[in-house]
Amino acid sequence: MVMDIRAESALVAEPLLEARALRFAAGGQTLIHGIDLGIEPGRRTIVMGANGSGKSLLLRLLHGLLPPSSGEVLWRGEAAGRAARRAQAMVFQRPVMLRRSVLANLTFALKVHGLAGRARTERAQEALEMARLTDLANHPARVLSGGEQQRLALARALVCEPELLFLDEPTSSLDPASTQMIEDLVNAAHARGVTIVMVTHDMGQARRMGDEVIFLHAGRVAERGPLDRVLGAPRSEAARAWVQGRLYTGDT
Amino acid sequence: MFRYPLLSLALGAVLALGTTGAQAQDEFIVVQSTTSTLNSGLFEHILPLFEEKTGIEVRVVAVGTGQAIRNAMNGDGDVLFVHARPAEEKFVAEGHGVARFDVMYNDFVIVGPPSDPAGVAGMTDVVAALSKIAEAEVPFASRGDDSGTHKAELRLWKEAGIDAQAASGGWYRETGSGMGATLNTGTSMGAYVLTDRATWIAFGNKGDYEIAVEGDPRMFNQYGIILVNPGKHPNVKAQAGQAFVDWVLSPEGQAAIAGYKVDGQQLFFPNAGG
Amino acid sequence: MFGFGDIMAAALGLILTWDRDLSEIVLLSLRVTLTAVAVACLIGLPLGAVVGAFRFRGRGTVTVLLNALMGLPPVVVGLFVYLMLSNAGPLGVLGLLYTPTAMIIAQTILVTPIVAALTKQVVEDLHGEYAEQFSSFGLSARARVSALLWDARYSLLTVALAGFGRAVAEVGAVLIVGGNINHVTRVMTTTIALETSKGNLELALALGLLLLGLAVIVNAAVMTLRASAVRAAYA
Repeated sequence: MVMDIRAESALVAEPLLEARALRFAAGGQTLIHGIDLGIEPGRRTIVMGANGSGKSLLLRLLHGLLPPSSGEVLWRGEAAGRAARRAQAMVFQRPVMLRRSVLANLTFALKVHGLAGRARTERAQEALEMARLTDLANHPARVLSGGEQQRLALARALVCEPELLFLDEPTSSLDPASTQMIEDLVNAAHARGVTIVMVTHDMGQARRMGDEVIFLHAGRVAERGPLDRVLGAPRSEAARAWVQGRLYTGDT
Repeated sequence: MFRYPLLSLALGAVLALGTTGAQAQDEFIVVQSTTSTLNSGLFEHILPLFEEKTGIEVRVVAVGTGQAIRNAMNGDGDVLFVHARPAEEKFVAEGHGVARFDVMYNDFVIVGPPSDPAGVAGMTDVVAALSKIAEAEVPFASRGDDSGTHKAELRLWKEAGIDAQAASGGWYRETGSGMGATLNTGTSMGAYVLTDRATWIAFGNKGDYEIAVEGDPRMFNQYGIILVNPGKHPNVKAQAGQAFVDWVLSPEGQAAIAGYKVDGQQLFFPNAGG
Repeated sequence: MFGFGDIMAAALGLILTWDRDLSEIVLLSLRVTLTAVAVACLIGLPLGAVVGAFRFRGRGTVTVLLNALMGLPPVVVGLFVYLMLSNAGPLGVLGLLYTPTAMIIAQTILVTPIVAALTKQVVEDLHGEYAEQFSSFGLSARARVSALLWDARYSLLTVALAGFGRAVAEVGAVLIVGGNINHVTRVMTTTIALETSKGNLELALALGLLLLGLAVIVNAAVMTLRASAVRAAYA
């Protein structure tokens, strides 16, 4: 089965991001067990798995928010550091809003990326328009609704034109209309060439947004392959149980 | 991201504040003196006369005699104006001061509650009065702060042959603070207090207290003035300091001291050159 | 013996007969305290933010030290600054003893640990919320500190107020290094101490009420500012 996964997900291009023997342990427990994987440029990868399987943790390790216990993450073939993180962006399940206006949340991100004052405001205005937040530009970000906040977080992630966007269950607490808007924004970004890595529990969303699926179970990759195949005919017990809505506690 | 303009503005403000304090007046001297002199209001009466005449501003730091002498020994003052003769003479002998001159005297009195529990009211023999207080074990509030007044009080107990310190915490209570604070404390606990007359007359919180013992020559309180030795402390403003010493000892300064009255009573008796 | 009425009358009298000497004392109090708080903030805010936002060796020690220094008796600080600035001390040549600058220095030493320790608390909480987002931005350490301070600005106003409260009410330090010299270093608290020692208790208390009033005005102004910020969800 291991051979299958390897063959199926064989890369056709140099990976943008690569994990090698990535392992993470905390409190005497190993939470990620030596994961190897590559993310190809331009792909939309969906990370799925049960609660506690290590999805969010994997995303944080790949983005460099946490240092791995062992193994390494490579960005364009080189050890990933702050420069890699700046070429990427991440949207969290619960958006982190700075205690500033909507516009200032965007200009802050641009300032970090070294944009001059004038260009900052222009780019931020464009991003606001795209996220349909122009009317709220001068409102404090923290009075926005949950959907608006997540749109702002996404706009803030995209305004610096990242090459790779991580999304950690970005719509799990949003209503269908807000979810729709987020999905449209992500797909538009993908159309502009942004590589997407997204964690979701929502099978429908995975189908609408994914090219391929990485299925995690207990800190290991249980299965990886094209989305339709993994969700249609899962080969691992863990993925099969998940698709059928069963509880699975066995090994991968 | 750091707001440098704000930082430099604030630092600039601090520097500006620092200099205004020091340069407000062209010339000034610092006089280390005692709380009793300041509290009596004497300085407010005589200093403007000197300042008007010479243009030298006099800044008075009023602390206990012990602290005043200590500060002057550090060179933190140009003139020492206190009332503890042996300590003053030691100060000069050790080279910290140029010379000591008598300026004026006032006297100490013992004040007490009108009920007079020790029966000392009207006495003129201070040693006998203290003996009666000790015998009756009536509360007595002492400065206990190594000040000139405290030293004078200890000397009187010694003359009476009483170890008052042994009763400390009992009827003998050491406040460890200035004259005014000791009077505030003493009057509210019905204790006898030895105080200089000047502070007592100017004191605003007498309550129903009255002078019980006065008039004993042993209770005279001599003030001295000393220019801090510029040879030992180069920062001392010798000229301006000497000008102040000279003026205080001059007929004009002496007359100013004699002219200070509260409620029609003269508080200090000039005796320079005597 | 002392009626509340007497004290109120004395306080009212002070305000009605407001003279130059009183303005001088009140203004010097404000000048010394506000400058000391400003300098303490310049030092304490970044220091507290660094300790609050970063893990480093000795962080626990620094925290304990800051918390302990918060309880420093003003008299001890006064003595320390006196020994430094005394003509017999290492900084005697500056000639700062018995000047408002000496008082500012003493109060700055008194207030900085308070500002730093409270800032650390505020920033630590905020950083808990921001840390991942800031890492994701790829923020430098310095940009992190200034962004945290900026976003915590309204909470930090309360921190500055705590420092102001300690400084404006303090008498032990300014008495020793300022010397309570009339027209030069006499501030409200040293005047209160002086009037108390003169036995003018009503006047002393009236001055105390005035000081309280001053503190109330400053606090009310800052809290109004903060309240409007809270309403706008910036705090």
